Amino acid sequence: MREIKELLVQKINELMDNGTVDRVVGWKAGEFCYDVSPAVFTKDEMGEFLYNGFCGANQSKFLVGAATMDIPFRAPNAPEPPAPKKVLALLKPCDCYSYNQLINEHRLDASKVYALGIPCTGMIDINKIKAKGIVGITGIEEKGDIVKVKTIYGDEECKKSEVILERCTVCKGKKHVAGDELLIPDEEAPEVEVSADRMAEVAKLEAMTEAERFEFWRSQLSKCIRCNACRNACPACTCRTCVFDNPNSGVAAKVNTNDFEENMFHIIRAFHVAGRCTDCGECSRVCPQNIPLHLLNRKFIKDINEFYGEYQSGETAESRGPLISYTKEDCEPSIVLERGNN
Amino acid sequence: MFKIALSDITRLYDAITASAELYLPVEKGGEVEFGPYSESALVRLDALQTVKSAKDMFFPFQEDMMKFHMEGKNISVEAAARKDKDFVVFGVRACDARSFSILDKVFLAEPVDTYYQARREHGTVVSLACHRPEETCFCQTFGIDATNPEGDVAAWIVDDVLYWEARTEKGEKLTKKLESVFDTADTSSVEKQQADVKKILNKLPLKELDLTYFTSHPELEIFKRSEWNELSSHCLGCGTCTFVCPTCQCYDVRDYDTGHGIERYRCWDSCMYRDFTMMAHGTNRKSQVERFRQRFMHKLVYNPLRNNGEFSCVGCGRCLKKCPNSLNIVKVAKTLGGGQA
Repeated sequence: MREIKELLVQKINELMDNGTVDRVVGWKAGEFCYDVSPAVFTKDEMGEFLYNGFCGANQSKFLVGAATMDIPFRAPNAPEPPAPKKVLALLKPCDCYSYNQLINEHRLDASKVYALGIPCTGMIDINKIKAKGIVGITGIEEKGDIVKVKTIYGDEECKKSEVILERCTVCKGKKHVAGDELLIPDEEAPEVEVSADRMAEVAKLEAMTEAERFEFWRSQLSKCIRCNACRNACPACTCRTCVFDNPNSGVAAKVNTNDFEENMFHIIRAFHVAGRCTDCGECSRVCPQNIPLHLLNRKFIKDINEFYGEYQSGETAESRGPLISYTKEDCEPSIVLERGNN
Repeated sequence: MFKIALSDITRLYDAITASAELYLPVEKGGEVEFGPYSESALVRLDALQTVKSAKDMFFPFQEDMMKFHMEGKNISVEAAARKDKDFVVFGVRACDARSFSILDKVFLAEPVDTYYQARREHGTVVSLACHRPEETCFCQTFGIDATNPEGDVAAWIVDDVLYWEARTEKGEKLTKKLESVFDTADTSSVEKQQADVKKILNKLPLKELDLTYFTSHPELEIFKRSEWNELSSHCLGCGTCTFVCPTCQCYDVRDYDTGHGIERYRCWDSCMYRDFTMMAHGTNRKSQVERFRQRFMHKLVYNPLRNNGEFSCVGCGRCLKKCPNSLNIVKVAKTLGGGQA
């Protein structure tokens, strides 16, 4: 990881010096060794640039604002920024899919971005470390397959494979499907291990009886506090005004009289991103209640694959998803009814 | 001081439920929240924190206020019942226990919020001392002693024994009803644990967080700091921090159209949302930096200005744990106040 960071900083400086880009969307340290934040850096600010095993979040959506400097959060009285050069995006192989998809949906202007592909061997999920009962953390060090954790209660260690983000256990591979340049060629990048079957959890849900499945989702979705973190982090959720934020829509981005809407909110969202969701897993990562929201999306992906043939959203920036392209071979809508009767 | 072995703890739960409802940290869908006790409930007194804070017990996430029924041209109004049964909230940590006195100053000031008042009157708080604080804890900043929590009753778990000490009249009343399940205990085990935990609290990375900047500088100066832009630049505008916060107190009153009437209810609202305090003319905070600034100005500046220097934060650390982009009150305090920690 340290070598990658050195290579990366060298490359970023090079791209800034030769005028390709004037800023980069990267990471900044937080309070602890693991709570990194996304941030935009100019050449002068590179001293604070950080890259470590906790930089797992998908930053593609951040580029929607950063690429245009039309940062939606800029203060109304802030001075107009100078006409910008390109912004540098650092894409892990999995980030490429959301990046392509956003270009495909005309939500991200690729001409304003210079995308650098960076290799990845799996990012750490701090919640998985804490779930092992390791708390009071003061330092974390990755040594090959081992994660060494220093805490105020003593030193601990765990296997990296046990504490990587869920998305990394079902890694889509080391190949970058987008980007203007690669930090190191994909062939030379270290191999990634896929330790889980992406559809295994979905298959488990499918094997349940209707009542069991209902109970599973009730127990999960009733935890929802309607914080909207899933929606706000989701790269497929880039509507300028979400229907739940429209005061005239009759629904709200808050809790309702009963938990019907909490349940429906997630199902509506899953439908809305169906065929566009790249399965990046941000929704589940940011959920404060650890609701496995990605399983809703994966069920849609599995169904789409079965009905229309294998399709990976974001594989290219030009593909038309099966739900928005008609072919004579498409299954009839009645397939839903047939399956429902089983 | 009284004690009961943890192996006998269901006797205590049963004794409480004989005269009152009992709410305590229970696990549901893999996460721990305050919920009603039942024989099948997976009680998790070992969990340091629930996701939502214990404020949910007095100022619930969602609360019915009234119903309007329509029949032809007649409308009848039915007020929702106020809480009228006694209940016990068991296992409240020191940080959450302090939050109630901060919320009281809002909800019990004139005009009194009768929904909240009814819950406060009927609720008895049994707090639980911490013995394994985490790196995100900074309750010490607010003079909170995690080893000696506030509440009607304070409790400690040392090894496999629960110690119990009434602190208020309400606590005494509850304890009287439960005497048959307790043995008397001396305070030595608890005192030893308190001394040990204080040593741990001293090692916490945020123990010296300094907030004096926010009470020693004019509010407008703090309001105008340019750092708010950078601080909020990666805020997603979700409501996570506000909804897990023990002291966030904003709510919305909404009407739900049932088709044959209206259900009026209130629910937690978040100043991070773009429709927050939306009025006829629109919203008064159009950008996320304004919304973000409002939240932290409220906690660190406005609240102390109006409440004798009391911050609207108890150092529970939930926002540090839960923000998707690792923004939190500590980051704001250090950036603006240069606070050491």
